[in-house]
Amino acid sequence: MPVFVPASLEEAFAVLEGAPGAQLLAGGTDFMVEVNAGQRRPATVVALGAVPELKGWRLDGDEVVLGAGLTYTEMISPELAELVPGLAQAARTVGSPQIRNAGTLGGNIATASPAGDTLPMLMALGATMTLGRSDGGRRAVGLDELVVGPKRTTLQPGEVLLEVRVRAGAGRQEFLKVGTRNAMVIAVASAAVVVDFERRSVRVALGSVGPVVIRAEEVEREAAKLIDWDARRLVGPLEGSGDFGELVRTAARPIDDHRSTAAYRRHAAGVCVTRAFRRAFSSEESTAP
Amino acid sequence: MTTVLTTGPGLRGGLGESVRRPDGGPKARGEFAFSSDLEAEDMLWAHLLRSPHPSAAISSLDLSPAFAVPGVAAVLAAGDVPGRQSFGLDYPDQPVFAGKVVRHVGEPIAAVAADHPITARRAAEAIAVTYEVTEPLTDPEAAMEAPPIHERGNVLFHQDIVHGDPGATGEVSVEGSYATAMQDQAFLGPESALAVPAGDGGVDLYLATQWLHVDRDQIAACLGLPLDLVRLHLSGVGGAFGAREDMSMQVQLCLLAMRTGRPVKIVFSREESFLGHVHRHPARMWYRHSADADGNLVKVEAKLILDGGAYLSSSPAVLQNAACFAAGPYRVPNAVVDATAVRTNNPPCGAMRGFGAVQVCFAYETQMDKLAAALRMDPVELRLRNALRTGDTMITGQVLSGAAPVAEVIRAVAAAPLPAEPGPSDAPEIALPGGAGRTAERDRVRRGIGFAVGFKNLMYSAGFDDFTTARCRLEEGRVTITSAAVEVGQGLVTLMQQIARHIFGVADVSLGEATTAGIGSAGSTSASRQTWMTGGAVEAACRAVAERLVSSVAQRLERPLASLRLDGGRVCSDDGAVDLSLVGAASGQVFEETAVYRHPPTEELDEKGQGNAHVSFAFGAHRAVVDVDLDLGLVRVVDVTTAQDVGRALNPLQLIGQIEGGTAQGVGLAVMEEIVLDRGTVRNPSFTDYIIPTALDSPPVTIAGLIEEPEPGAPHGAKGAGEPPAISSTAAVAAAIRDATGLELARVPIRPQDIALALAAFEEDRQ
Repeated sequence: MPVFVPASLEEAFAVLEGAPGAQLLAGGTDFMVEVNAGQRRPATVVALGAVPELKGWRLDGDEVVLGAGLTYTEMISPELAELVPGLAQAARTVGSPQIRNAGTLGGNIATASPAGDTLPMLMALGATMTLGRSDGGRRAVGLDELVVGPKRTTLQPGEVLLEVRVRAGAGRQEFLKVGTRNAMVIAVASAAVVVDFERRSVRVALGSVGPVVIRAEEVEREAAKLIDWDARRLVGPLEGSGDFGELVRTAARPIDDHRSTAAYRRHAAGVCVTRAFRRAFSSEESTAP
Repeated sequence: MTTVLTTGPGLRGGLGESVRRPDGGPKARGEFAFSSDLEAEDMLWAHLLRSPHPSAAISSLDLSPAFAVPGVAAVLAAGDVPGRQSFGLDYPDQPVFAGKVVRHVGEPIAAVAADHPITARRAAEAIAVTYEVTEPLTDPEAAMEAPPIHERGNVLFHQDIVHGDPGATGEVSVEGSYATAMQDQAFLGPESALAVPAGDGGVDLYLATQWLHVDRDQIAACLGLPLDLVRLHLSGVGGAFGAREDMSMQVQLCLLAMRTGRPVKIVFSREESFLGHVHRHPARMWYRHSADADGNLVKVEAKLILDGGAYLSSSPAVLQNAACFAAGPYRVPNAVVDATAVRTNNPPCGAMRGFGAVQVCFAYETQMDKLAAALRMDPVELRLRNALRTGDTMITGQVLSGAAPVAEVIRAVAAAPLPAEPGPSDAPEIALPGGAGRTAERDRVRRGIGFAVGFKNLMYSAGFDDFTTARCRLEEGRVTITSAAVEVGQGLVTLMQQIARHIFGVADVSLGEATTAGIGSAGSTSASRQTWMTGGAVEAACRAVAERLVSSVAQRLERPLASLRLDGGRVCSDDGAVDLSLVGAASGQVFEETAVYRHPPTEELDEKGQGNAHVSFAFGAHRAVVDVDLDLGLVRVVDVTTAQDVGRALNPLQLIGQIEGGTAQGVGLAVMEEIVLDRGTVRNPSFTDYIIPTALDSPPVTIAGLIEEPEPGAPHGAKGAGEPPAISSTAAVAAAIRDATGLELARVPIRPQDIALALAAFEEDRQ
């Protein structure tokens, strides 16, 4: 199993020209577990950890450009957390410090796990992924175009996820994740809510309750009706009739498995979205992790 | 002859002190060699082919594809075992290699040795097996009546207890059905060993285990070799908790080494480890408690079913324990217990910390809370009223002759102040239920408090000839203690040194190799027994050497023996005329003594479950404080306060380590730890999905009392302390969650859905 460690994007593409089916390694916190367990043995591995173009983040106008090699630890850094608090919240729920130092945003996206912790927030933020090819070709896609099934993406052979763009300071952001222990746990259900007061939009995404992240548009529409955008407050109760939680439960498409039951996942998603909304309209500032 | 007066080291590092472990530094620095670190020149790697099915007939087995893989040195299967075809702690009903049938997922079918671990694995995967898959028997209740899945039948063991008047009735009675899931020991060091063929036709096996000699006996039987040709040597053990009492790959590895004439190493992957060792028996328990109007227990009735999985392992002893302790540490004049361990196609179950006492404690303590509620009595008061004390008779008819400070542990815990740490309203967000997931809403978090008491036996019971061997050697002033007792992380190595220091008054005490070559059995490192048993043998061996040393001085100096004593590392006379260092006293002689220690004999239980089956008991109590998210059902255990009956604390630091670790294991069973089975298949054989408490889930453990009432007959009065922390902690956490939620919660672990969906349904009904 040859492992290439290109030192630039150009070098990475050069390797991929010769081995377009190579497995990209971007942190390895999932991939190496599978290799060590004997479940995966790709012909070629291209490790992207030394590619400088994929590292770090920058501001581009009112957008934050996140390198695909950005680690969870970097997502939690105060400077970035101020610009994209929801992503910082999601990153903090991932693994242990060691895992957060190794795992990357690009790795989380391309692994395409239904339980990927950054995915619901990226969906709620309306993030755009930039994919690159060795011929210089670039395409920009939304998360729903890129991740199409459990562990399935539309990344083409030889294509590399380069960066992720989100709007800086896009309103109130809340991410909640339910797991069966208090840290270092795979999500049983999660929810991301972004209330953008400038654009007057609400976006809701659910994690771990379907084969891919689910954008709950019906919930968004109903929630928008409850918002007084000028006063930046809710004009109606989120619960009581139970309708709001019911909409979330209807949007979810969970399964029973060894981690939880479909019934609990639906229920938990409803609770999380309701709580996320309440927090988004609370007088307190949204908490960074 | 020198009579230089120096200040001896006194008893520094002796008994009662929090002496540091000799292996602590190396372990903290990553320098300690565990069994997975073993290496030998020219060694091969082994891999086992395991059954993917819980129940199947093997209609054909073709090993040739494995032989064809380059680098493969040997492939073995049923038919290649020269001696006994099966093994087992209690009765050898477990095949070394499955022959015509497989009875559980993970059962070994063949073994490969190759020049690389991946080659070995791939070769094993290349073996062609044709299975005729049959419907697995996975329901323990159905197993009793179902067609037998093994020639020895589906009932592994049955124990009745009939005590007092079975027809007795009380004015108040409460009833309930309870269940505990299959827990894993979850040690970190996977099963691993190195077998080295010897020139004499025998084999040397370096491994992590809990009892070298019993492994040796079983291996020798399967290899068809005399005992002296099978030599076992202890390697670094990365935790055990009962899971290393049974053999997992010892015979297969030795066979490969002998077949190839080369050293062969094996290290299980984490998944193989989960499939390759026994677990804690899942239990289904029905109870009825009856009491008079004042809260005095009149009768306890219980029906217990333990799922033993495919093979016997130590099910009979686990089951007997569950039956013996079914009524809890209470005075119960009348009892009827009907306990059965059954065989199923689930993974084999056997020893785990608490050994049958954990499951019943969860049930009887839940019953005691129910009874207190029915009597409108304070639950602590109810327990105090019925607490066993020395001189009381247990439901097995055995009179408690030793220390039984049950009321003391209850009082110590009940009197401890509640945790001062912030409540749900002002705790930091990460300290709320849900932790790092940011899920909690403070006004939906409820605090609950729960209380539980538990107990179990120390050492082996029911007529077992339980003994241990230790050797002391004094040479040029240096003391060396040798024993085959296994250090699993609990700190026996520290204690053996402390005992020797206590007797000889010297700082430096070396430890010899733990091996079957050259010393007798030390028994198992289990049943909370080594402090008492190996402690007793080390003490006896040291005393024998000390006596010989002093008598040799008496002879040499022609002084009466009674005028001399060993004190503070010196042999002195009362009149001060003799004052010799150990070197001076020995005068070039080497003293070596081997001692064998036995605890007082016990009896088997009769057909009514009556008899003096146990030597000694240890008691403990826990109070748990939890915060529960009522909507999501997530739990944070805020604090666990405990008191334990320890006889005497010989090393307080290590004792606290046992209490904290055992409590964490009990918390794990209460809220998260469960081998999830789906028709016999383990769905979560990894630390991703078999979750154990993290630092954020493990509560601070407050020790409200170490009750030091010396146990008559125990060396230094000390009781074993490893298991009680894991017994009542689970029940206390469950009780606290009940207190917070008002739910019945009759099964552990309590899952988020058990709380959240039940409360949501309750809420819906109310509307």
